[in-house]
Amino acid sequence: MGDPPVIEKAYDVVIIGSGAGGGAVAQELAPLVREGRNVLLIEQGPRISPEECNGVELDMAPALYQDDGGFLTADGTMTLAFGRVYGGSTFVYTGTSMQPPERVIRNWNVPGVEHSDLDARARKFAAQNNVHYLADELINENNRLFVDGCRRAGYVAQQFPINVRGCNGASICNLGCHSGAKQGTHRVQLPAAEQAGVEVVTRAEALRIEERAVIVRVLNKPDGAKGQPSEWPSGDYRIRAGAIILAAGAVGSPALLLRSHLPGLPRRVGEGFTCHPAHILVGEHPRPITNDVGHPKSFFVDRAEEEGYVLETCMYFPFTTAKNLAGFGEPHSTLMRAFPRLQMILVLACDKAVPGNRVTVDRDGAPRVHYRFTDETIAALIRATRASARIFFAAGALRVHAPSANPPLLEASDADRIDERIDARHFKPGKISVSAAHLMGGCGMGRSAADSVTDSYGRVHGIPWLRVADASLFPDSLEINPYLTIMALADRVAEGIRQDAGSLLPMNEAVSRC
Amino acid sequence: MSNATFAPVRDRFRTIARTIVPEAEALDEGGWVELERIVEQGLASRPSSVRRQLRLFVRALDLLPLLRFGRTFRALDHQRRTRFLLAVQDAPFLLVRRGFWGLRTLVFMGYYGRASTAATIGYRADVRGWEIRR
Repeated sequence: MGDPPVIEKAYDVVIIGSGAGGGAVAQELAPLVREGRNVLLIEQGPRISPEECNGVELDMAPALYQDDGGFLTADGTMTLAFGRVYGGSTFVYTGTSMQPPERVIRNWNVPGVEHSDLDARARKFAAQNNVHYLADELINENNRLFVDGCRRAGYVAQQFPINVRGCNGASICNLGCHSGAKQGTHRVQLPAAEQAGVEVVTRAEALRIEERAVIVRVLNKPDGAKGQPSEWPSGDYRIRAGAIILAAGAVGSPALLLRSHLPGLPRRVGEGFTCHPAHILVGEHPRPITNDVGHPKSFFVDRAEEEGYVLETCMYFPFTTAKNLAGFGEPHSTLMRAFPRLQMILVLACDKAVPGNRVTVDRDGAPRVHYRFTDETIAALIRATRASARIFFAAGALRVHAPSANPPLLEASDADRIDERIDARHFKPGKISVSAAHLMGGCGMGRSAADSVTDSYGRVHGIPWLRVADASLFPDSLEINPYLTIMALADRVAEGIRQDAGSLLPMNEAVSRC
Repeated sequence: MSNATFAPVRDRFRTIARTIVPEAEALDEGGWVELERIVEQGLASRPSSVRRQLRLFVRALDLLPLLRFGRTFRALDHQRRTRFLLAVQDAPFLLVRRGFWGLRTLVFMGYYGRASTAATIGYRADVRGWEIRR
């Protein structure tokens, strides 16, 4: 028996991925549908309803994330979390919605990318997504203690704008929102796009890209799995398109390009990967606090410009917390048993794009992320950890767990020895848990193929029908939560497609064969 | 666990797990079966080579204390087991540290992934949020 037949289809535009980039670009290309074009979006993951989000981490992580949220870097020293679901990572983030930072956009120095332009576009999406500050009565003690500790320790805590509508404070944002309050692309841009006629197919993986075509494999829903079945029958498809837009994220998009071996592909594909490497820190208080109820990430401290780090409130689940605490045995168990008394801070380093930190593919075409912690990144994590320890103790914590201390537990009596106890010599890759969820770069914007993969509108240099519209466009890290900036860039990509429609999308040719 | 990753090294795996999470000492057979089922589910999507390496690593952890203590890991008392695993965790070789980090992560997944453990440690998050806490 030979291979099963490949099913042929044709569209004017195919979008690969449904996260912040794919969802935004799908919505912004809906006007093309009204003009008689047809637009398809494919998503590797399933459609999952809010009711299916039960808050159980071992149920939800396999359903929502690539590799259950524990995608390992090539040397196994860091885990990466990225969504694989209708809505992409906007399904699993906490909804923190930051405007593009002026300083960072200026330093990117991408010809054609102006901060004022991105800022205006980001504001449009912020309005769509109901971005606002949570009312004071909805702030839990985990967040209040952070604000109080910052004030006492001399740090400026700022409130996160978040994109929720009727948040009930379930606190399990990273496992999907049961109440449907989080306004990710799965709630706003994708339904709008579908309403306007954009076709969305889930459980559809892009295997490779050919000249103006995508090879896609649609899978059946596995027995017992969460989510709806695919909209298409299972099988392999060859989908021809006038324009193809990659929005598969900073790991998925470069990997798809690399395994496609397209002639003329810029050699920079995969380079410039950054991810804001992060630690989870824990402070133990003498009394129970509200930590596992209420929005988990309501405040932050931005020391990116001065010290290369950002601190954010956070709250995780038992296994995730256990994994991220350093060590094992009785000291570890003692801390876990103190769960109702734990305050948590996520420390993020503002890493820089450096040679060697990049996405490649293995012999089977699967992505591999090569990442080395530079001395600067480690130093930033250490500074961030020290600052967090000061904030915990200032907020009244009895002891603080810091992965870059050995032993990792600091007692209140150690409060005046924080710099001595928390030190880069204890940052031992492979021993301590480092994770990242702000994955960026790999198809960076720039002037030409000599220094980048795309121009400022996401056009891949030398391949005009191929565009990129996700965080892989970032030429360096953003130094703050990225999703509004991704949407702003995707908005530009959609604008570019609409402008180029005359030459890119010959009218009626694709539609008639769909 | 007959076809599972750690079935051929079950005693060794459980001894290591009890050192990593001392409360696991109190698990009955049903508790261990649940822990091991969770671990196996976590490994299901990983390549078979990873499962082989983990089995090999567990065997090595059991034998390596012979060099230092003249006894296998299983034959050591709790204090020496802890001391040995602390040394493994801090090993100069990345491969060894990574291997232990992976094993420790699986044990935590198996133990703290159980609904009963969440209740024991006081974790009470609920999809109804504030509604049931005020």
